[in-house]
Amino acid sequence: MLSTQTIGSRSRRFDAPEKALGRERFASDEYPESMLWAGALRAGVPHGLLRGVDTTQARAIPGVVAVLTAEDVPGENRQGFIHWDMPVLCGTKVRHAGDAVALVVAETRQILAEALLAIVLDIEPLPVVDGLDAALAPDAPLVHDLETGNVLKQASLRKGNAQAALARCPVVIEETFFTPQQAHCFLETENGTAYMAEDGTLHMTVSTQAPFRDRFEIGRALGLPPDRLHITAPFLGGGFGGKDGSTVQCLLALAAMHAGGRPVKMWWSREESMLAGYKRHAARMHFRLGAEADGTLTALICDLDYDSGAYAHLGVEIMALGLEHSSGPYRVEYLEANGRCIYTNNPVAGAFRGFGVAQVCFAFEGMMDRLAVRLGMDPLELRLKNAIRQGDKNGVGVVMTGSTGMAECLVGLQDHQFWRSRDEWVQSAPPLTRRGVGISAVYNGMGYGRGLADAAVAKIRLTGDGRFRVYNSVSDMGQGNSPTFVQIVCEVLNQNESQMELVQPDTERSHPSGSSSAGRTTYTYGKALIQACEAMRDKLLHRAAMVLMADEASALSLVPGAVRHTSSGRELPLAVLAGMLHPEDRVCIGEAMMPVTHDMPDGGESFRLGFPHLIFPYAAHLARVEVDELTGLVTVCDYVAFTDGGRVLNPQNFEQQVQGAVAQGLGYALWEDCVAENGQLRTTDFSTYVIPGSGDLPDIESHAVETEEESGPFGMKGIGEVGMNGPLPAVASALLRMGLPMIRAPFTPERVLKVLCGGNS
Amino acid sequence: MIISFVLDGEEQTLDVDGGLRAVDVLREYCGVTAPKEGCGTGECGACAVLVDGETRLSCLMLAAQMNGCIVTTAQGLGTDGPHPVQEALADLGGVQCGYCTPGIAVTAAEFLERNPDPTRKEIRDALSGNLCRCTGYHKIVDAVEDAAKRLQKEHGRGE
Ligand code: FES
Ligand code: FES
Repeated sequence: MLSTQTIGSRSRRFDAPEKALGRERFASDEYPESMLWAGALRAGVPHGLLRGVDTTQARAIPGVVAVLTAEDVPGENRQGFIHWDMPVLCGTKVRHAGDAVALVVAETRQILAEALLAIVLDIEPLPVVDGLDAALAPDAPLVHDLETGNVLKQASLRKGNAQAALARCPVVIEETFFTPQQAHCFLETENGTAYMAEDGTLHMTVSTQAPFRDRFEIGRALGLPPDRLHITAPFLGGGFGGKDGSTVQCLLALAAMHAGGRPVKMWWSREESMLAGYKRHAARMHFRLGAEADGTLTALICDLDYDSGAYAHLGVEIMALGLEHSSGPYRVEYLEANGRCIYTNNPVAGAFRGFGVAQVCFAFEGMMDRLAVRLGMDPLELRLKNAIRQGDKNGVGVVMTGSTGMAECLVGLQDHQFWRSRDEWVQSAPPLTRRGVGISAVYNGMGYGRGLADAAVAKIRLTGDGRFRVYNSVSDMGQGNSPTFVQIVCEVLNQNESQMELVQPDTERSHPSGSSSAGRTTYTYGKALIQACEAMRDKLLHRAAMVLMADEASALSLVPGAVRHTSSGRELPLAVLAGMLHPEDRVCIGEAMMPVTHDMPDGGESFRLGFPHLIFPYAAHLARVEVDELTGLVTVCDYVAFTDGGRVLNPQNFEQQVQGAVAQGLGYALWEDCVAENGQLRTTDFSTYVIPGSGDLPDIESHAVETEEESGPFGMKGIGEVGMNGPLPAVASALLRMGLPMIRAPFTPERVLKVLCGGNS
Repeated sequence: MIISFVLDGEEQTLDVDGGLRAVDVLREYCGVTAPKEGCGTGECGACAVLVDGETRLSCLMLAAQMNGCIVTTAQGLGTDGPHPVQEALADLGGVQCGYCTPGIAVTAAEFLERNPDPTRKEIRDALSGNLCRCTGYHKIVDAVEDAAKRLQKEHGRGE
């Protein structure tokens, strides 16, 4: 019998050829007939009272279709799918320089640009809250009028009495770490097209990670019924969390409502994306870690402050994940984690791969390295000794019932030649060069966590000509969930890839399946899809039984393109079978929900959503790093990652995810920093905000540690995020071992040089 | 102004404002969306196309500059079927979101013409003007290396 086994094999992504040929159509490739252009005027002032918006001149320009201000926004004029504090268009107050204050719809891009320049703003500047210290000062100006000052949310988690436990510890380490705002820099900037149909339905094609949720966000902000919003999400040109939540959506919908039925396109420039797009939260993290003399971790007390920027977006949930992950992938008996999410006039922070966890990984791994130095222990041994194992309780008291491959990842590194030969490599450093080998051990909860049903509904159709169409409903921002879905269908239905068609999310054709985030897409939708495929297989065998004259469906099997009577070899082509079935009968749907934990730490109740997690991917990373003593320049020479993502469905896709995440993490470690001075962004484009290029990175070796996650589809977990968390601490670990204790990322030559000269980073 | 050029093998004659950016003319007026815009300022390489066989950034070019030229995008790169670089990018995992890919494909294709047997370091240098935020470049470099071998074989057979 023909075998189409695809799960576990290194196969080419289904979507790759069209993309390589330049034929794939992203949202930004849509230029509908007779379309208009929409664009927003940004405040330019980080904090101020909006006294007036004079649109008279702009309206008078020929070719300007509409100039809209807050007064023209129906509905609540509020975005933010949990906290709803961000206006679509500012009416009274400006809270960061990228706030939208007016929206223009025009015939051409040139006219649009002209009209935006012709709008006159009257903004009375207010003192700028330019960072955590300014926000927390006793007389700080208020960004929002909260009773809690600029603190959007303060929360604590406790496991036992950490204060008392820490006081008993023979060894206590203390340090404060700082991480910067990071920009997503997906290559396709935020964009979409939309039009209002005569029947009042608004159709939108947009680069979004959450088409189904967008309907509610746009609907609420603009007072439109969600069932009148039809959203399609083609392949995204990158997302990484930055397209989770409304970017262009509400503005674009508003523009379409004023375009007389004509389609409107909005496409942010790179500069606008840097200014107004979401960022990773900058953080300040104060840690005190207590251990026994033999290196057994006992107690951790930490204070985490996250800079949310001007609006909440997902800040509270991101801080919650920081607290949840603050003690690392280790057994720590006593924990006290205090967090604050703080408003400032900086760019708005939001979701970004490693959602609040990338920050704390730098801190807890920094503590592990300092502890190893203090105790004179091997840093890998120390990690291995404390690594969390299946059946242990993690830092917040959740019992690890699923696959837990932290120790296996570390053992992988221990056996690697780069680790074994570390002393020789360090000693062979050329003159005026220091070398170090650093490691990190990281994890990242997957899925939405408790309190937010993490469900998916998958749909598959046998087409009239006997092929299978997969209705993906979780956006593919490049991570490769949708080609993996094709693989799953091929596997379960024993079909070839040539039999497959793949549809990207469309709120009228596919079913709500959550957002493309939290490393959950393949896990959750994949589970639902397996069910749908099994139902399809049963259905096809039963329907074919009549034709092939079999008494039982079990006498039949699916083979590529046909149903076969196994003993006689007679076949019924799927195209013929399809013709016999009613179109509605050719559809199968499956659904799945992610399991949650019922273990809760003290204090966790105060988070409503997404906390804590039950399933975690793990990773251990190694970086061989060189520092030029004259310039402070840090070069990563070699990189190795061991990752436990459960079973690997496609090694190629797995490596892609790891290598891409490591690259982004190395950018975070060495270059990337959204510098805002007094609320004004100084890193406005790719020449001032530097992301790694091909010459900046080494080859990235990826090894899979395949533990079986029994709850997952074919035993997999999600690895979208965990790879992001390792590079910053691994590079820091290498630098520490060279005698360079870095506490502030990124490790720019200036900062490294300062530490080389005996200063503080 | 009236401009004429050959785009992916087809004659184009357009009456457009010569001051428009080439990337917009190709995408909006000619409907060829392979050149992507990622920055508009010459930093990312997503908009790269071949103009008379040389890699050029179409976001930094004016429409008028295409007049009389042969312009090739990723869509028209292979003569009969996909270019080996495109096949290798797809086969070896050099494509994730795919937004940078058309720019990388044309840049790499031109590079391999000039340097048919490159080292990994040379490939990395050649692609240093093409940003990719998804892949970490490792598999892109693998693909270009592999494409070089495919091209050498094709060439060998042709002789
Ligand atoms: S769009 Fe032309 S180089 Fe970025
Ligand atoms: S594959 Fe997404 S930017 Fe390169």
